[in-house]
Order: sequence, then structure tokens, then C-alpha cells
Amino acid sequence: MTEAWLPLAILGTSLLVSPIIFSLPEERVRTRTLLNLGAATLKLALVAWLAWRVGFRGAAYEARLPFVPGIDLVLRADPLAVLFVSLSSALWLLTTIYAVGYLDGAPNRSRFFGFFSLCVASTIGIAMAGNLLTFLLFYELLTIATYPLVVHRETPEARRAGRIYLAYTLGGGVLVLAGTAWLWAAAGTLDFVPQGVLAGTTLDGATLVAIFLLLVGGLAVKAAMVPVHGWLPIAMVAPAPVSALLHAVAVVKAGAFGIIRVVHEIYGIELATRLGVATPLAALAAFTILYGSVRALGQDDLKKRLAFSTVSQVSYVVLGTALFSPLAAIGGLMHLIHQGLMKITMFMCAGNIAETLHVYKVSGLDGVGRRLPWTMGAFTVAALGMIGVPPLAGFVSKWYLAAGGLDAGAPWVVAVLLGSSALNAAYFLPILHRAWFREPPEPWPAPPPGARLEAPWMLLLPPLATGLLVAAAGLLASAPISPLGWARFIATGEIPGLPGGLIQ
Amino acid sequence: MSDALPAPDWAVLTVLLPLLGAALAFVAERQADRIGFAATTGVALSSVMLLLQVAGGAPYQQSIGGWAVPLGIALKADGLAALMLAMTGLVGLGVAAQALRTMASELPPARQGTAAPWAFWPLWLLLLGGLNALYLSADQFNLYVTLEIVSLAAVGLTALSGKPEAFTAAMRYLLVGFLASLLYLLGVALLYARYGVLDIGTAQSLLRPEPVAQLAMTVMLAGLALKSALFPLHFWLPPAHGNAAASASALLSALVVKASVYLVLRLWFDLFGPTGLATEAAGLLLGLLGAGAILWGSLQAVLAERLKLLVAYSTVAQVGYLFLALPLDGTERGLAWQGVAMLALAHAFAKSAMFLCCQIVQDRLGHDRIRALTSSAKLPRSTQLTLALAAISLIGLPPSGGFVGKWLLLQASLEGGFTLWTAVIMAGTLLSATAMFRVLVRFFAAQPDDPVEAEAPPPGITARLIDLVPFALAAVAILLGLVATWPLMVLQVGAGG
Repeated sequence: MTEAWLPLAILGTSLLVSPIIFSLPEERVRTRTLLNLGAATLKLALVAWLAWRVGFRGAAYEARLPFVPGIDLVLRADPLAVLFVSLSSALWLLTTIYAVGYLDGAPNRSRFFGFFSLCVASTIGIAMAGNLLTFLLFYELLTIATYPLVVHRETPEARRAGRIYLAYTLGGGVLVLAGTAWLWAAAGTLDFVPQGVLAGTTLDGATLVAIFLLLVGGLAVKAAMVPVHGWLPIAMVAPAPVSALLHAVAVVKAGAFGIIRVVHEIYGIELATRLGVATPLAALAAFTILYGSVRALGQDDLKKRLAFSTVSQVSYVVLGTALFSPLAAIGGLMHLIHQGLMKITMFMCAGNIAETLHVYKVSGLDGVGRRLPWTMGAFTVAALGMIGVPPLAGFVSKWYLAAGGLDAGAPWVVAVLLGSSALNAAYFLPILHRAWFREPPEPWPAPPPGARLEAPWMLLLPPLATGLLVAAAGLLASAPISPLGWARFIATGEIPGLPGGLIQ
Repeated sequence: MSDALPAPDWAVLTVLLPLLGAALAFVAERQADRIGFAATTGVALSSVMLLLQVAGGAPYQQSIGGWAVPLGIALKADGLAALMLAMTGLVGLGVAAQALRTMASELPPARQGTAAPWAFWPLWLLLLGGLNALYLSADQFNLYVTLEIVSLAAVGLTALSGKPEAFTAAMRYLLVGFLASLLYLLGVALLYARYGVLDIGTAQSLLRPEPVAQLAMTVMLAGLALKSALFPLHFWLPPAHGNAAASASALLSALVVKASVYLVLRLWFDLFGPTGLATEAAGLLLGLLGAGAILWGSLQAVLAERLKLLVAYSTVAQVGYLFLALPLDGTERGLAWQGVAMLALAHAFAKSAMFLCCQIVQDRLGHDRIRALTSSAKLPRSTQLTLALAAISLIGLPPSGGFVGKWLLLQASLEGGFTLWTAVIMAGTLLSATAMFRVLVRFFAAQPDDPVEAEAPPPGITARLIDLVPFALAAVAILLGLVATWPLMVLQVGAGG
């Protein structure tokens, strides 16, 4: 039996709250904050209930609306959807708290939080889309909802970044549209089905490859894969909470998630491998991983370094998806969550450093750890996780990806992962070294009198929480509700005949 | 129930009410606005009732005065005609409601020697009556007459703003309209001389693919292409739509160009197609011109400096999409025909909303230069939202009506694999997105890129402007996509032959 109300309610908590926030006058700070946090909390509670029902009670939820001839708009809560929905709901709550603190007293907050909610609603729709057309709808909505966040400060620099962002994402959107339309014309189906809806197709290979190129080429733009990654480092001019959202939850994840859906649930990894498109995709992902890391090395601007790191890290997800191995798939799915937790922590920390100390460059970070020990503590956990130090989250992802590479008969993956880890260490460790072991050039400005914390609690709590989650996701990886546990649930439902010896 | 009170003939009302209203408004000029709005409301209601009646499953058909074809005049409305009538009625109602409040601001004082505000109403009602009669006609000569009425009223509306540019544009429009009508009439005369019939249904069984008929088809389609501003015959449209008063531009862009395109589709699928006159080459040629319109119109929109001109060029591009139905569907109504019908409907609502917003921009800021727009509070948020919604439908982003239309066109273009048409639609989408977002991103610009000296808006005008009407029109364009199954179902009524 399927019920429709729950997916709609989860979408509605952010989609409906958005117009209310838009219409609130600028000075109604308390009402707006209450609405934002109330909606985010309610959504998180609903998602927890959904995860419980789907994961442990085998319930199915689906909502449908007829749209164009033969195709419905479908919201469906399958395990993969629940994975992404949980990520975006949890991080929405934390990022909202952070954003309220960050933008305290800034102009245009109604507009900001209105689009912020719309952006989260889009990711919920992307996560729960039951077919490619529904996915496309929310994918385009996400483009429109994030533009105002990127240009929020309205400076010429922000607007230039916004223009570039639009050019990339709208271009990518047209490719996805063309691929979707062609797929429907050729195959008559757009449904996401475990194993791939095209698994038994009789279509000719050339058409299938062309459609694959259109779809994945369009999605790769938001996933910031080389050579269409250019917008991401430029878009980091956005306010810190926006960067956090863009890099961890919304935009790049939407692209990576779409690639998972297309490769696994439209084509099926088997067909994709047989068509000869999976291996080039894995190779491109591997190249992006290394390229992003190398570029990150050369950045002195902290947020830019983090942005290139995102370029690299998101392609882990794509790499796991494109390898013909359930272990790699688990690694990729898990990294969708892990990368989000780690990167959001780092962007929020970077925001704190910029807000309290007005330091934006890596070279200016000497001794920051003394003035902001909690912030830098969270940053350190996340950075070590990114490098892949056990037992943190990033280690678990890399372990599974490496095992998957071997399992899929692609031992070069291990080399790529090792190289990337070395590069991660090369661009993160100097930051940690500067922050903890160097003397500040001059004493840091003291916190305002009466302040017991190093930064306002709204700016401090969220990165600490996500930092804890990074540690927990690694330490408690064998728990059933960990990202690993859930990724395994998705993958085992999807790929039968797991090599049981490799996974406990 | 019908024993006590027979249901009125809604179709006849959609023609009679506006003609009657036009006469009354002309005589009682002081009451022109009230008469005009009342008549428009009545027409909107009648057209919706007719649509519901046709949606029930039976096309409407009536012989005026009880004389059957070929002696009398027949009125017909299949699903497409009923949808076009309802579109005309509802968009007209929206524009009229806005005009009621803004007309005085657009028209210059009488000392400039131009028409007084009241003149809008008789012209508009004449246009409305002409459009409705056109959609209901099934006779080639009557179609000519209605086409002329529409043209003349449209020229009047163009000139109404009193600007010298508008007057020049209106004169050019008049000459173009004249030439186009003459071409069409020449075709009708040729067919009448050869076959002796005017009714489309009767002519269908008589026409044969022979030189006279081919010549007739060529001149008729050429005339209609000129009237529809099909690239490269579009030169007259941007100045006319870009300089007319906003209410008039909304009507011209949303409704008037649709009439001649509708006629092209009607003749192509009902007359030239079934009789074997419509060749693949002819369809290909018109389709290529349509593709040219999409690319050229969108490109000009991207380059336009003024908001109103951008919106006008977008119409050139949108007309281009409508002509893609001919090569994509061949001579049988199919996916592309459904697609262009949806596009035409969505465009009417979105474009009228956008032109009405242009009016608000002009009045609030005193200019409509795109690069000088800013995020300042002068432009209400609701106007920005309306422009965004209208843009979403015009670009063809889901879930708007424009998207559904474009989706169906894409499906038709992909039936035999990826084609030139698919590429054109994709490129057009990208170009129109570029054009539209050029405007939308201005709402996030703190500083103008090109400061202009704004004319001070005339006092007391802003208070009269309301955003509700354009917002409602834009919302319909979006909602049309979410309920698309219904109009697509209605389209099938009487579409068999």
C-alpha cells in the first residue's frame, strides 16, 4: 500500500513556507526565524518518520499528478531518496540556524530566506523524483532558486559570478531536457527503476550512447566535473551559508545524485558498462578528483581552496557510481552524505573565521586556533576526514571505493585514491599547521566583553554539530542508520549477489 | 430545465456582444470604459461557457438564420477554436481590467491632437468581435472579412499611444496588413473562380493539386505569413508592438498574431493537407522560416536595449515555434499540432502579463532600459515575481504551459531520432533563457550598469496600477502546464476531420 501524504508534506514544509517568508516585512525577524526553524524542524521529524517506515517497516510512499501525455509527476520515497532527503533536511536545519546568525542585521533577509527555502524544496523534489521528468522540474527550479542566493550581496563581483553560474546551469539544463525528451521518444519510459529501466532494451547502441551523453553531460555541469566545473570556484563569492548549502547539499549534490539515478536506475550499471560509457565516466571522475586537488593546492583564498576541494570530492560519488561493483556503489552513495557533512563544516568554519577575525586567506590563518579553538576543532575533524584518516567518515568512503575498484577490476582506482589523499593532505595539513602551531603575527582582537563563547552560538553550534556527525559517521559506520548502513541497504536492494565476504 | 429557459447560444454572443458594445461605446464616449469592460466580461463568460460545452465532447455548429451551407453562413467551433476563443476572452478580460485603471496614463492629453482615452474601447471591442468571428468562421471569404476587421482595429490600437514612433509603426502596420489581406483575398478569389466554393468543408472535397490551387495556396500562405510576422517578414512587428500603449501591445502580441497563425494551421490541416496541396517541401520551407524566426527573434531579444522591445522580439521567436507544426506533423494533426496549440495558449497569457508589467516598469521608473534597472524598491516585488513567472513559461521551463508545448514539439521532432528541429528548439530555449534572464538578473543589481535620466512619472498614476491582473495572467500560463491534460483533451474534440 502506498500513501501520498508524507512525500507531499515533506516537500510542502519548505515549498509552502517560502512564499510566506517572501511576503514577510524585512523587520519581522522573530517571526521569520520561528517560521524557518519551525519548518526545518518539522521537516526533519517527518523525514525521520519516513526513514523509519521505509527502512524498517518496508513502507512505500508515492504521490502522483498527471502531467504531459503518458508521464506523471511522481514523488516517491525509495531508499535512495530517503538518503538524500535526510541529508538535505538535517543540513537545512543546521544551515538555517547558521544563516540566521550570519546574516544578523543584513539587508534583504526575507528574500534570502525565501529563496533558501525554495532551494531546499528543490533538493527534496530532486531526491524524491520518481522519474526523469519530475527530476528535471526540480533541477531547473533549483537553478532559479539558487541564483538569488549566489548574487545576494549584489556586488559587481557577485553578479558576475551569478551570470557565469546561470550560463553553466541553464546550458546544462537544456542538455538534460533534450536527453529526457529523446529518451521518452525512443524508449517510452522515464521511470527510475532499481537495476535500470532500460535493462532489457532493444534500442540501438548509438542512440543509447547519445542520450547518455546528453543526460550525464548536462548533469555533470552541476556536479562540477572537469571541464564544466568553472562556475563553482567563482560562485564562492556567495555568503558563507550559501556556499555551505551549494557545496554540501544543493547544487553539486543535485548533479551527482542525478548521475546516480541515470547510471543506476535508467541505464543500470550493467548496460552502461556494456555500452562502454561507464568506464570513460569513471575515468573523467578520476581525472576530476586529481585535477581539483591539484588546483586546490595553489589557492591562497580559503573559500577558493575549499571550492576546488569540492570539485575533487564530489567526483568520488561519480566514480563510485560508474564502477561496476556494488562496493564502489556503496562507497559513492555513502560519500554523498560524508562529503556533505565534511564540506559544510568547513565552509561554516571558514565563515566564522571571516566574520570574527576578517581573515580570508590561508596565509593569514597563523594562530587562529588559539582565538577560535572550537571552530578550528570542527574544521580539523572535517579536514582529517577529507584526507581519509581513520576512523572518520572520509576514510570509510575511500575504503569502500578502493575495494570497489579492485572488485570491478580497475586497480588504478586505488592509485587515484591514494594520490588524491596525498594531495588532500598537502592542501589541508598546512592549514591545520598554521592554525594550531604558528604564532599569530599580532594578537587577535578580543571577543566583545561579556561574550562567553568565541563566536555567537548560532555560528558555533552548527559546525560543531556537523563536525560531530563526521566523527560519528565513521565511528558508528556499522550501525544500521549510518550512511554506510543505509547505502548498503540501497545497494543490496539494487544489486543482487553481493560478494558477501567483502561486506559484513 | 432547458424547457423553461433555452440555453443562450454562447458562440453567437461572443461575436454579437463586442460588436454591440463597440457601437455603444462609440456613441456614448463618456461611458465607453464601463460599456467596454461590461461587454468584455460578457464575452469572457460566454467564451468559457462555450469551451465547457465543447469540452463535453461535441463540436459546436450553427447556421446563421437557418440557411445551410452553401447558401448561409455557418459558425463552427471545434476544440482548438473553443480554446482560442476562451483564451481571447480571458486574456482580453485581464487586459481590459488593467486598461480600465491605466488608460488615462498612457494617452497623451487631447491637445496633442491624438485620440482620447475612450477610443481604446470601441477599437478593442471591434478587435474582440473580429477575433471571435475569425475563430468561428469556416468560410474563406468570411475569414477574409474577419481578418480585415482584426487588422484595422489592431492598427488603430497601435496608433493610440500618440507617440510619433507609434504612428509611423502603425502606418507601416496598416500597409503590411493591407498587402497581406490582398494576397489572402487573391488566393480566395482564385479558388472561388476555379471551384466555386468558399466553405472550407465543401472545398475540401473539390480541390485538386493543380497549378491554380497551388498558386492560391502560395499566395494565401504568404499573406498569412506576412500577417503573422513570420521571419523574414517580421520587420513591422517589433516597432509596432514596442511602441504601442502597453494594453494595446499586450493585445497585439498575445492575441492578434495568433489569429493569422491559427488560420495557417486551419487551412493547412483542413484544406491543403487533405487535398494533397500541402507538399512536404512547402511544410519544410515554412518550418525553416519558423526556425529562422526562433533563432533571429531570440537573438534580437538578447540584444534589445529596451524591455518592451525585448518582449516584442520574443513574440517573433514564439511565432516561429508555431510554424514548426507544419514540417513536424506533415498533413495530419499530431503531437506537434498539439504542442503549438499549447504554446499559443501559454504564450497569450505569459506575453500579455509581460507587456502589462512593462507598463508598470515604465510608470514606476520613467524608463524601460534594461541595463538601468536595479533592485531598488521602486519596482514592486509582485511585478518582479510576475515577470519571472511569465519568463518561465516563455522560456519553456517546467511545469509551465510553455514547457508542455515545447515538450510535445520536442517529442514530434525526435520521432525519427535527433533532428535539426530538436537542435533548433534547444538553441531557441537557450537564447530565450538568456534574453529573459538578462531582465530578471537586474532585480539583483544594486547599481545600474547604464544610468539613464528617467522622465518623472506623471503624478497620480502609480496609484492606479495594480499588479494583481498581470500576476493572475502569468499564473495561468504556469498552471496551464499543471492541468495540461485537460486542454489537450479538449483539443481532440472535432479534430478528426
